[in-house]
Amino acid sequence: MEIPVMSNILHKNDENAAELNTMLTTRGIFTVNLMGSPGCGKTSLLEQTVSLLKNELTLAVIEGDLYTSKDADRIAGAGTPVVQINTGGGCHLDAFMVKAALTKLDLAAVDILIIENVGNLVCPAEFNVGEHAKVVVFSVTEGEDKPLKYPLVFRQSEAIILNKTDLLPYTSFNMDAAIDDIKGLNPQASLLQTSCRTGDGLPAWIEWLKAGAARTRRQANMIQGVKCD
Amino acid sequence: MHELAIAQGILELALNTATSHGAGKITGIRVLTGELTGIVPESLEFGFAALAEGTMAAGACLSVRIVPLTGRCRDCGDERRVDKYRFICAACGSYAIEIVSGRELKVESVEVE
Ligand SMILES: [Zn+2]
Repeated sequence: MEIPVMSNILHKNDENAAELNTMLTTRGIFTVNLMGSPGCGKTSLLEQTVSLLKNELTLAVIEGDLYTSKDADRIAGAGTPVVQINTGGGCHLDAFMVKAALTKLDLAAVDILIIENVGNLVCPAEFNVGEHAKVVVFSVTEGEDKPLKYPLVFRQSEAIILNKTDLLPYTSFNMDAAIDDIKGLNPQASLLQTSCRTGDGLPAWIEWLKAGAARTRRQANMIQGVKCD
Repeated sequence: MHELAIAQGILELALNTATSHGAGKITGIRVLTGELTGIVPESLEFGFAALAEGTMAAGACLSVRIVPLTGRCRDCGDERRVDKYRFICAACGSYAIEIVSGRELKVESVEVE
């Protein structure tokens, strides 16, 4: 006997992610799912973000890593609350892991939550974790063929960060081709070129985060029925 | 691996479906995966076979159908296959393309005895 099902395979994760998203919106916490290959500079970007934002907004970080807490130690060193999730070999974070990690953070004062996903361009794009925006970091040392090789993560992201631009002169990276492919895949995304070493392009990233935080804050105010200016 | 978590989801859906129909054995499962999900059917089959061992889905045949990526232009309504991941309308040049198919990750049906 053949039983028709037609159910979404990831529905449990998506339900949980939607629930987390509502909770985070209600609290006015702008939440970013930060994705990218190992070594693309996600943690360096986070360190810079912490130090550039710390006088204005309160950040919290969830660090996904296969086995270690090396990245979390770096972020904690920069002075921000951080929770480590070890996936023990799992290639992505899911909503259940993030939900458990959130219980270890004091969310009352948090404006922006950044979830650094496991270094991988395939799986993290498929699993929502309650975020308001997905962001992918991709560095010029990885080669310009990545967007078309891993189209989903580039299509799903609201901001695409082209990192390590200070290394451009030492690579054969074809910037025009990369930008053309990215624009074709996701014309609406914000495309930001950054160097965490020189600081180039970081102000635009900080502005992007602040705009997201302001948007989420307005939504929270609306939900709570607070009048805003 | 990506496919392992997906295989786990397939197995759970199939077991729940079979149990709620009072079936004792699952012999086949039809799965739809969109082109943009990047699922490799062989990896999915491999992962599924490993996870299904010892359950009533052990040895079940997984048939995976890949759904092509198509988009619809919000400006002119033109609907067609998205070629080379360029989400730009071939008819009017608009960038406002919404995905119609190609993001599926679904269990279509479960064959039981
Ligand atoms: Zn059009």
